[in-house]
Amino acid sequence: MSGPPDERPAAAYLAGVLPGTGHLLHRRLMQSVPPYRWLLAAARRLGVTPRGLVIALPYGFLAAFFLVPFLIVLKISFAEVVIAAPPYTPLFDLVDDGVDFYLSVKLNLATYWSLWTNNLYVIAYLNSVKIAVISTVITLLVGFPISYAMARASEEVRPTLLMLVILPFWTSFLIRVYAWIGILKNEGLLNSFLLWLGVISKPLVILNTDWAVYIGIVYSYLPFMILPLYANLERMDLTLLEAAADLGCRPIKAFWMVTVPLAMPGIIAGCFLVFIPAVGEFVIPDLLGGSDTLMIGKTMWVEFFGNRDWPVSSAVAVVLLLLLIVPIVLFQRQQAKVQEAAR
Amino acid sequence: MDKPNPRVPFEPWKDPGAKPYIRLINVTKTFGSFVAVDNISLDIYQREFFSLLGPSGCGKTTLLRMLAGFETPTAGRIEIDGTDMSSVPPYERPVNMMFQSYALFPHMTVEQNVAFGLKQDHIPRPQIAARVEDMLALVQLSSFAKRKPHQLSGGQRQRVALARSLVKKPKMLLLDEPLGALDKKLREQTQFELMNIQEQVGITFVIVTHDQEEAMTVSSRIAVMNHGRIAQVATPSEIYEFPNSRYVAEFIGDVNVFESRIVESAADHVLLRSEDALCDIYVDRSVSAPAGAAAWVAVRPEKFHVSLAPPDGQARNTVAGQVWDIGYLGNLSVYHVRLPSGKKVTATQANLTRLKERPITWDDQVYLSWAADSGVVLVS
Ligand SMILES: Nc1ncnc2c1ncn2[C@@H]1O[C@H](COP(=O)(O)OP(=O)(O)OP(=O)(O)O)[C@@H](O)[C@H]1O
Ligand SMILES: [Mg+2]
Repeated sequence: MSGPPDERPAAAYLAGVLPGTGHLLHRRLMQSVPPYRWLLAAARRLGVTPRGLVIALPYGFLAAFFLVPFLIVLKISFAEVVIAAPPYTPLFDLVDDGVDFYLSVKLNLATYWSLWTNNLYVIAYLNSVKIAVISTVITLLVGFPISYAMARASEEVRPTLLMLVILPFWTSFLIRVYAWIGILKNEGLLNSFLLWLGVISKPLVILNTDWAVYIGIVYSYLPFMILPLYANLERMDLTLLEAAADLGCRPIKAFWMVTVPLAMPGIIAGCFLVFIPAVGEFVIPDLLGGSDTLMIGKTMWVEFFGNRDWPVSSAVAVVLLLLLIVPIVLFQRQQAKVQEAAR
Repeated sequence: MDKPNPRVPFEPWKDPGAKPYIRLINVTKTFGSFVAVDNISLDIYQREFFSLLGPSGCGKTTLLRMLAGFETPTAGRIEIDGTDMSSVPPYERPVNMMFQSYALFPHMTVEQNVAFGLKQDHIPRPQIAARVEDMLALVQLSSFAKRKPHQLSGGQRQRVALARSLVKKPKMLLLDEPLGALDKKLREQTQFELMNIQEQVGITFVIVTHDQEEAMTVSSRIAVMNHGRIAQVATPSEIYEFPNSRYVAEFIGDVNVFESRIVESAADHVLLRSEDALCDIYVDRSVSAPAGAAAWVAVRPEKFHVSLAPPDGQARNTVAGQVWDIGYLGNLSVYHVRLPSGKKVTATQANLTRLKERPITWDDQVYLSWAADSGVVLVS
């Protein structure tokens, strides 16, 4: 036995009985601020508990900033275009013509039908998914070695490396993408450099092609791949690799049999973090892609600002969201499974 | 595999012609300026059950990791079966290790964990399945084959780790506290199985343990380590009966140490005077120290004879004191005796008869005496 016996009463250890400053504040407010007292009483009557409040907070946030805007967009997507302000017909119309008095609800489905029948949109969706998938794969291929090297670097340099990954966020995304024009254009930095090296004899046409879009997306979203992967790889227990080696497994095989399966949650998180925004990307294809680079984000922009066709662009957005919800749900399932396994 | 003749004691370290299976030659390992393993030279022979004992942080795990190839010695050389291991990577060494932290693959089931090593050797599937099943039966985990490590208790995980390291039947098995988390019964069973496996396959075991009893039971030899050095390497009985230093004597089992000064150092005996014990001590073995040197006499508690009357005609090797506490353990009685010098001495006596005519009790004046061959003179 070490140390003197603790003389505090046993009750002091009971959770919740400990008199903290919060408790004191509560007592003082109860005594001197009647509205506080009334509010608490009302809350208790309504079955509101502190715990419930804490849980309700994120839901409230989501409802206010996601659900309500989404419902507005959904509503517009079922309207018709008119030349007015706002440029769409109301969905609900209270009709009172002296004879009849009714609520007219007019859901215009033609917009959605046109998304399906008009090749342009289908191709734009497919192309967006294609570009997002390819860029995600490239980002993974580039990001994995970087994260791996970072996670295995000595402990002193890791924070610096992490800092370097996050550093680009200090500059506006738009400006960084813009800078790529200067690098990729025919007489840009890259071509000048390659010409100077003598690797090529005439400039490569990269800007305004899909290649430029891939480069832009991979560059812009690389940190979103690296961060979850790094967090995962850094946590890995390296004695597992020793155990694999001890059992006769060569390092390369151990990488595939131990490191990669254990990094799977990080890989999946990184891929979703890149794929989901890449599908709806507008800025990169607009600045770096060619006129034939069809992406749904760009299509939406054109419909909204070019054609002032709010219903179509809203419908495009709703369908895009539904397309994205599938991977998001898959992602959440995976996360739940991982959490289950990590217990 | 030639079976050793059970009548000939298994003592290859005494045979100058025997070839050691593992040789550590002046091996040192430092982490920065910290010396974890300090100039260790050691020979371990085939089929040995070699135990490493020592306090926490004395370098046992580091030593094993060097044998397995996860750490390279800062200086010195390791040979296994006559081959210098310095350029042999862990996955090519004929060695398996059971990790102190188990290092089970969290994404694989128990079965897959155990099968992992066999798969690396490209053994046919049905054979792998059979061996894994046997191994799981051995560690009594057959019904847990499909579970993931995180669904097991600590002891069960330990058994999976043991099974995984045993299943390849390596030439040498390094076990880092393999049985620590098992209950007594399972531990004894597993010890027995380890010895059985060794007999079947002729594995050389190097085992780290904190359990002295375990080390005493299973080992062919024990190395007691202290601060990265080896204090003594010897058979369990030698370590117990003839420790070479106070450190070893006190580390293994209970012991009473009397601070003394050598009065007479002859070829066949030593005579000492102890102020601790207030008596002369006679030991019938020679020591290297000359007369006048300081020395310590170690006497194990069970070597004492406890009596109420002074033993006849024996003034040497006898201390008198007052019983301060008695512990009754059923088969043994433990007497804690306080000597006039203030020193406390522990003596144990087997309870041979049911009741002595006058049992020794608290505050009795007792005499503790021991034979000339029972004490050990330690000069360091
Ligand atoms: N990678 C390392 N870097 C720095 N110091 C280390 C490292 N590995 C071990 N040590 C130090 O070396 C010493 C010996 O460690 P080791 O793990 O061999 O001890 P041990 O005898 O196995 O102890 P235990 O019985 O607690 O397992 C310890 O003091 C430890 O702090
Ligand atoms: Mg250890």
